[in-house]
This record gives sequence, C-alpha cells and structure tokens, in this order.
Amino acid sequence: MDQVRENLFEGHNRPRNPGAPLDPAWFESVGVNTSAVERRAETLATRRSVKKEYQAAWLVKALTCIDLTTLAGDDTPERVRRLCAKARRPLSDDLLVALGMVDAPPTVGAVCLYPTMVAPAVRALEGSGIPVASVATGFPAGLTPIKQRLEEIRYAVGEGAREIDIVITRAHVLGRDWTALFDEVAAMREACGPAHLKAILGTGDLKTLRNVYAASIVAMQAGADFIKTSTGREEVNATLPVSLVMVRALRDYRERTGVDIGFKPAGGLRAARDALAWLILMKEELGLPWMQSELFRIGASGLVTDIERQLDHYAAGRYSAAHRHAMA
Amino acid sequence: MALITDILRTMDYGPSPESSEHVLAWLERRKAGFGLFINGRFTRPGALFDVFNPATGGRIAGATQGSPADIDAAVGAARKAQPKWAALSGHERAKQLYALARHVQKRERFLSVLETIDNGKPIRESRDIDIPLVARHFYHHAGWASLIDSEFPGTRPVGVCGQIIPWNFPLLMLAWKIAPALAAGNTVVLKPAEFTPLTALAFAEICVEAGLPAGVVNIVTGDGATGAALVAHAGVDKIAFTGSTEVGRAIRRATAGTGKKLSLELGGKSPFVVFEDADLDSAVEGVVDAIWFNQGQVCCAGSRLLAAEGIADAMYAKLRARMAKLRVGDPLDKSTDVGAIVAPAQLERIERLMREGAEEGLEFWRADDALPNRGCFYPPTLVTGVEPASILAREEIFGPVLVATTFRTSEEGVTLANNTRYGLAASVWTENVSRALEVAAHIKAGVVWINSTNLFDAASGFGGYRESGFGREGGREGLNEYRAVEAPKGKPYQPATAPLIASPGLIPSAETAGGLDRTAKLYVGGKQTRPDSGYSYAILDPKGYEVGLAGLGNRKDIRNEVEAAAKASSWGAATAHNRAQVLYYVAENLSARAGEFAQRLRTMTGVSARTAEAEVETSVRRAFFYAGYADKFDGAVHATRSRFVTLAMNEPWGVMGIVCPNEAPLLALVSLVMPAVAMGNCVVVVPSSCHPLSGTDLYSVIDTSDVPAGVVNIVTGEANALAATLAEHDGVDAVWYVGDPSGAKTVEALSAGNLKSTWVASAALDWSRAEGREFLRRAVQVKNIWAPYGE
Repeated sequence: MDQVRENLFEGHNRPRNPGAPLDPAWFESVGVNTSAVERRAETLATRRSVKKEYQAAWLVKALTCIDLTTLAGDDTPERVRRLCAKARRPLSDDLLVALGMVDAPPTVGAVCLYPTMVAPAVRALEGSGIPVASVATGFPAGLTPIKQRLEEIRYAVGEGAREIDIVITRAHVLGRDWTALFDEVAAMREACGPAHLKAILGTGDLKTLRNVYAASIVAMQAGADFIKTSTGREEVNATLPVSLVMVRALRDYRERTGVDIGFKPAGGLRAARDALAWLILMKEELGLPWMQSELFRIGASGLVTDIERQLDHYAAGRYSAAHRHAMA
Repeated sequence: MALITDILRTMDYGPSPESSEHVLAWLERRKAGFGLFINGRFTRPGALFDVFNPATGGRIAGATQGSPADIDAAVGAARKAQPKWAALSGHERAKQLYALARHVQKRERFLSVLETIDNGKPIRESRDIDIPLVARHFYHHAGWASLIDSEFPGTRPVGVCGQIIPWNFPLLMLAWKIAPALAAGNTVVLKPAEFTPLTALAFAEICVEAGLPAGVVNIVTGDGATGAALVAHAGVDKIAFTGSTEVGRAIRRATAGTGKKLSLELGGKSPFVVFEDADLDSAVEGVVDAIWFNQGQVCCAGSRLLAAEGIADAMYAKLRARMAKLRVGDPLDKSTDVGAIVAPAQLERIERLMREGAEEGLEFWRADDALPNRGCFYPPTLVTGVEPASILAREEIFGPVLVATTFRTSEEGVTLANNTRYGLAASVWTENVSRALEVAAHIKAGVVWINSTNLFDAASGFGGYRESGFGREGGREGLNEYRAVEAPKGKPYQPATAPLIASPGLIPSAETAGGLDRTAKLYVGGKQTRPDSGYSYAILDPKGYEVGLAGLGNRKDIRNEVEAAAKASSWGAATAHNRAQVLYYVAENLSARAGEFAQRLRTMTGVSARTAEAEVETSVRRAFFYAGYADKFDGAVHATRSRFVTLAMNEPWGVMGIVCPNEAPLLALVSLVMPAVAMGNCVVVVPSSCHPLSGTDLYSVIDTSDVPAGVVNIVTGEANALAATLAEHDGVDAVWYVGDPSGAKTVEALSAGNLKSTWVASAALDWSRAEGREFLRRAVQVKNIWAPYGE
C-alpha cells in the first residue's frame, strides 16, 4: 500500500502517551512572551510559500488531517451519514485523476461528532479505516458533574468512538489549581480506555499564553495524546499565536519524555490558506511527522469545500464555485 | 513536474520564485548604462562601472562613475534649488513628500524585486520590511514638512546636504536620508553605494514621475572617490553618512573646521542579552531576526549573544535546531530566509575574519545544508564559547555569524554588553520588566529592544553611542540634524597671539588691595591640586599688568581630571531634583559673592562696574535657569508600532570636555557648564586662557554648594592645547569648544579617534542670550527603548 495511504490509516499505531507525574516546574520555569510570540506567528506564513503542484499536494495533505466535524443541535443520523460519505471521498473522480491519486484516494483524518451520533457514523464508515471521534465531558463548557462527564466518555467509547475530544475545566487553569486539572484529565484518560484522548484547552477562555502553555503541559502530564485549542464555541478559537505556544509546549514535553504528542487546532480555520499556514507552522516548529494525521488534525467543517475549490483551480486552471462540489 | 504523491511524502516547499519580468525589462531598456540624476534630468552615461546580481554573479547594469565635476554640477543644482524649495510653504513641501510616498507605494513590488536583484536580500525582506518602511518614512516626513515651522521655531534649513549611504538597505537608507532633509527645507546630493545603485536610480525616476522640482534631489553614483568629492565640496552644508566606522572617521577628519554639520551612523557589535527567565523559543526567533536578517549585514545586528549560564546550553540547542530550518538560497524565492552576501569582497572579508577566529581555536556550528553552487553565499554560523578578547567578539563581521558568550549575573551581562567600542543597539530578553528596564538603562546603546529586535519606525530616533556615530535618524530627533539654529553673527574669534608667560620677573604687578597672596591651582575631583607641570602663568589685565597666577595645565592634568570625572558618574543617576538643588545652591553662593566676582572681572578684563555686575547677575540667573530645567527636559514616547512603547530617553553623555572662550569669562563658563551638569554630565572645564581667574574663583563656590567631587573639574592653561588633549581622549564622550577657528578644526579632527560628539563655535556669541533647549539637547544623547505590551 502507498505510504501516504498507510499514514492515513495508522492514526492509532503510535504509542500512547503514558503521562508523567504532575510537575509545575515544567511550565513555571518557561517564559512565554506574548508580543514576541505574536511577531513570530505573524511572519510564519509570510516566510514560506508553496505554489503549483506543491500547493496542491499540501492541500491534499491538509485534507487528510481534517477532523470533519458536525456539532450542531440539529444533527441527525442521516446528516451524519452524508458527512461520512464526504469523509470517505472528499475529492471528485475528476480531481483524483488530475492529481494522479486515483490509486490512493485520500480520506479525511476522522469525523468528529456528539456521542449520540457515534453509532451511525461508525456504521457509515465501516471498512474505511476512518476513526470516529466524539466530543465528551459536557462539551463545550465542561461544567457538568465529573461523574456524568466520565460516564459520557465511557458511553462514546462503548458506541465505537476511537478518539475522545474532552474539554478541561477552564476554572482550574484560571484558579491555578494544577492538581485538580491533572486529576480531572487523568481520570478522563482512564475512562477513555483504548480510545485516544484529545484535550481541548478552550484557549480563548484561558486568555493568556502562559495559561495556554501551563494547561498544555498539565494535560500532557495527565496523559493526553493530543492537545487541541478550542471547542469552536469560545469567543476566540484557534489562532496562530496560541498554536505556536502549544506546539512549543509539546516539543518541550517530547524533549523531557521522548513521547510524541499530537496537535489539533479547531475553530476558525475555514480557508485553504489557513490550512497551509498551520502546516507551515507544523513543519517549521516540529517537522514532517507532525504533518501527518497521526500527530496533526484540523478541526473544521467548511474547510474541505475551500480546499476542493483550490484543487479544482489547480486542476482546471480556472476558479471554481462552491456549489460545483459535493457538500458534506 | 513533481508528482503529488511524491510531494506528499517529503512535504517540501518546492520552488516559489517571485517574477522579475518587469524589472528585467526595465533594466533591458537601460542597458546602455545609467547616467547621473542632476537638476531633474539624467545625464548621458559616462565612465561606467558594473553592477552585479550577487546571487548569480551576473552583470545586471552599468552605472556612471561620478567625477568631482559631476559632484560640482550636482551641488550647484542643489544650491540653486534650495532657496526656492525652502521658501515653499510647509504644506507645499508636504504635498511633494506625500506624492513621493504614494509613488513609492505604487511601485512597491517593482522596487522590492529590483532591490533583491541588486543587493541579494530575500524578497520576503525587501517586500515586507524594506520597501514598506520606505513608504512609511516618506509619509511620516510629509507630516513633518507641514509642521516644521511650528515645531522647530528659531531654526532654518541647513542648506545643501551631501548624503552617502550604504549597500545593506539601499532604498531604505535613501529614504532615511532624503525624507527628513526635504521635509526640513534642504536639498540633497545623494551618493548610493557602488554595489547597489539601482533602487536610488529608480527613485530618481520616481522623483520625475512625482513632479519633484528639479535640483531638490540629485543622485550621483560612484565609488569612494565620488563620496570623498562630495564630502570635500565647499558648497555642501551638511554631510550625513551611514557606513563603516573607518570611513566615518575619515569623513570626520575631512569635514573638521569646515563648519559642515555632520551626522554619522556607523558600525556596531550589538549585544543580544538573554536572561534565565526569558522566553527562550522567542529569543531564538529574535536571534533569527537579529543576525540572520539581511545575511547579518545590518549595522545594528544583534551579533553577540550573551546568554545566562543557567540557560546557555538550552539556548544553544534550540538555536541549532532552528538553524537547521533556515533556508539559504535564491533571494527571489519566497521561501528563502538567507540570501546572498552583497559582493565577493564582503564574502572574502567574512571568510578572513572567520579564518582568524578558527586560528584562535574557536569552533563553528552550521547546519549541513549545501549552499548554492554559484553566487555569493555564506552559511548561518554559530560560534560558542567566544572570549571577549576574541577577534570575532570585537570586530564587526557583517555576515550571518553569531558569537556567543555566557554570563553569571545581571551586572556581568551588562558589563559584557558594554565591553565594546560600539554602542548602536542592544536586545534584552527577560520576562521581568524591572530587570528589563534596569538593563536597558545601563547598556550604552542608542536603541534598546526589550524582548524584540531590529524594529524600526520613522517616528523613532535611530543612531549610536560611542564609535557607532552620533546624530539620530527618524522622528523629531532626526530632524534636528537637518535644521540649523541661527548662526552667531559676531566676528570670528582670533587665535591667541602671544604665548602664556610662565616664568617670573617679566611682568609688573597691578596694584592690589594687599592681603594674602592667592595662587589658583587646578580643581580635580573636588580638590585644589598643583598642576603637573609645576608651572604657573601670569594673568594680565588689559594694560599688561599681572593680576594673578594660574596653573599651567598639561596633558597629565587632563588625564587626571577625566579620571576624576569618570569616577563621579553617579551624578547622572542622581535624581534630577537633586541636581536642580545643587545648581540652585551654586547660584545662591555665587550671588552671595557677586561683588567679589564683579570686582575680579573688572580687574582682569577692564570692563566697567556695570558690565561686570551685569555679567555676574546673568550668570546667577543662568544657573537658576538650568537648575529649573534639570527636571524638565523630558524625553518622549514615540508613536511607533501598536502595542509598543518607544521611550526616547535623554541620557547624559558621561564625561564632557568644555573649552571656554576669552570673552565673558564667568558668564560663558557658567552658560556652558550649567546645562551640561544639569543633564547629569561630569565635566572637565578649560576656562578662558587669558581670564581664567573667574573660573578658579568658582572652586570655593563649588565646594560650598554640595557639588559632588569630580562633577566639575577645572584645568587652566593653553586652551587649544588642552582642547586637543580632551578631543583625542578616548574617555571623553563629548566636547564643546568655543574659541578660534583653528582650535575648532583641531577639536573636530581629533575627535575622530573615538568619534565623540563635538559642538564647536568659533564666532563670538551674545552670551547674555546664550541659553535654551539647544544647549540641553547638545548635553544629552537619546536612547530609544522599545518595550512591548502583552500579557
């Protein structure tokens, strides 16, 4: 099988994060300078450029890293089935031909849903190898009682979810109660069993980049396999400065423990150029392994369409319109 | 074409070339060679020199080697245009500058590509940094053109400005020179660097396009000889130079005594100080922007990394990892970080210094990426464990080479930072704001960036301390360089005709009131001290009678006094209120002895009682005036980037030499010493050679006024000889000289040693009115501190 395709399906072949004892020294000894982080983030995407077939390939790569998401009050099993069809076959046959990918058609990285939508998704994705991810733990605020939150995880895993996107209690970060945060995430990790734990930090609520760094480290110490920026419901969702701080945190964690942690920006990434900017971030700050779906996901819904439009332009040499592409 | 499936495996960036089609067509149309831009027109191309693209080594154009005759024609055109340009209303000049800004903006991409082809810098930098700053500079100064009359009262344009710029930021340095000059009502003759003349020539075309009046901007290309002709031209009123310290020295010597105003922006070896609590990842990015920006060919490049011992290894490891990500190569590729070195000669210079470093046993670290196989490239290099004495720690390499040293304490970090002849810029990385400000205050540099580096803005002053030059560019500080205060209208001071007499028996004494014999000594570090020479010289009244003796000071006395002054440097750190109190006290004690001082003036100079009393009275008033100003000559907060405060701090020079004229022996001294001392300087004063006793009488006034020892030191003797010693003393930071033209010339020429700032006047002043902000401005240098916001 083509290496690219293998990578798509090996999302769960990486070793789990065994975690580490809670140790605030890991973040208290690290400076995070907002202004300097902002300046680095500002020029990340202006220092690099990908054009023509390279851009097309990068967009395909982005596609394979997308957690195709629906988290709406009006989600239905039928809607989910449609989404899963798109997840299996995000690109048209014509495009696959133009891209030379007929033999190895890309799929998205995962689909991401509410727990009650997991079962229809698992059915719809059977045989595709695409994992189903479920949000849990009182998404998006995470303020339901801990017992219910853990139960929700166990329910989603029981339904067949292979990844759980949990939300942390932001109050623990704002109140600097690192023990409470650590214990909470560790308990959730335990509840996940074999499913991977993706910790949503709700960075828009955490306000400062130092809080983001600290929360990232505690979540990883508690055993998170991925750290994720946002629920998509905060006032500010994924931004490059926040992402930069989080990837620096997981790089620091890796230096101390040797464990590779994944990163997932979510919320606000709608345009193909956003996807390119985040891939540049991953390449510059980490490297090739963090440009694969096993260590990098983009939480998005509309992004797929824009990527398709750009790929269509690459293939046809003219600009496309959204309605020409199969919707999710 | 690469297969998508292959790219998916490597995830390489692939090529991303910026198109140079329009620029190449422009060059093609000018392949016969560029003429000079004089009086609004291009001359026919003359003797051409080749212009190369450093990234390929290929010849891209020919430009004319400007001759002295060409310089003469250009200066003539500028001279002719100047009165009319200056006579335009500020608004009219503003419209012209505004038009230039607009035209630059319209040609932004063209200029970026041309700059990159000519200079070798990455297109990312010319496109995102150089050219936008050029437009910003013209917009900013369009504003100043409107405001110049109301904001700079009592000043006039300098006249014709000769401007010589370097090759590292060709168009940006042109903007830094031309925009303020024009805004202030001057006309210019500008010589671009011979490596990189093309954007200046394109700018000349823009001047025509924008309708700038003929002769206001003249551009003469050529090499150092062309520059020397411009510097030497008698019709030039001011020289502004950016470039090497070596050439800056030569220009200082060449312009000495000519009355030409001079500003120099020279080399640097700027420290990049990282404390243990810094955001190390961000500091690493700072290093990238400091030394791997423009291939390290930046005068203010943070080229000396000073890392706290506790984090040095971590910092180095992060740096190495980051260096492996730097992309060296085609400057026109949009993913290139490090482009080409400007010319083979520069590459050879870098290589020579690195060989010398290697001979010292230093080890270099580089990422193992290959360099392009043609063109002029040097890889980003990290050198750790560099001793302060190493050639690589002392010499400006002007290439992508970072040298690193560790320090143990804040204090040691500052000491290492200041252990250099230069003082252009510094970068300080710490999350502790108190420490950041403390360190910023103690580093001797014209620009200090806190948790940032290489930030520029038209509203902020830029320029160096020490051998990095003097004068500022940008904002209000920079405009001062292009305005002149009304020149003194008096007659030139005459040189002394007779030598001082330092032997007994030749001169009859004037009748005195009897009393005890008083011998004036020198005043060193708060003590009266015999002159090293052991000689005293006779002080004569107008009739030729001896009225007293004064010590005949020499070089060693100057040495001792400078040492004493340097030891008293805490005066500059005293509160301004405290300094004001001391100055008031001086005024009070002087006033209490007004009669005695007036009598001294009468016997020594023969003036009337009324004149003498008036001089004393004015001296008291002047001391009061500067006491009042001590805590009111504020700095500024410049409006630069959003979420930054850019603090323009007025800092004392340190040790100043002050040489007084023979006229108004008390008032001139007080008028010069008080502003200097009020601003926190410690001074070595040479009073009037002929009438020094008003100066020596001040010893007891100073003693009784709580002036700390060493703040005011006085040495009597041959003024011009002592002035020369002060001017060449490397421990003296600035010299004010009022005296005859030959002395002024000597002071300016000798100041080239450590490039100290000088202020000379060789025509008689009206001392009764010699006071004001100009004196205070000359008593300080401005340090711009950039401090970012951000939780």
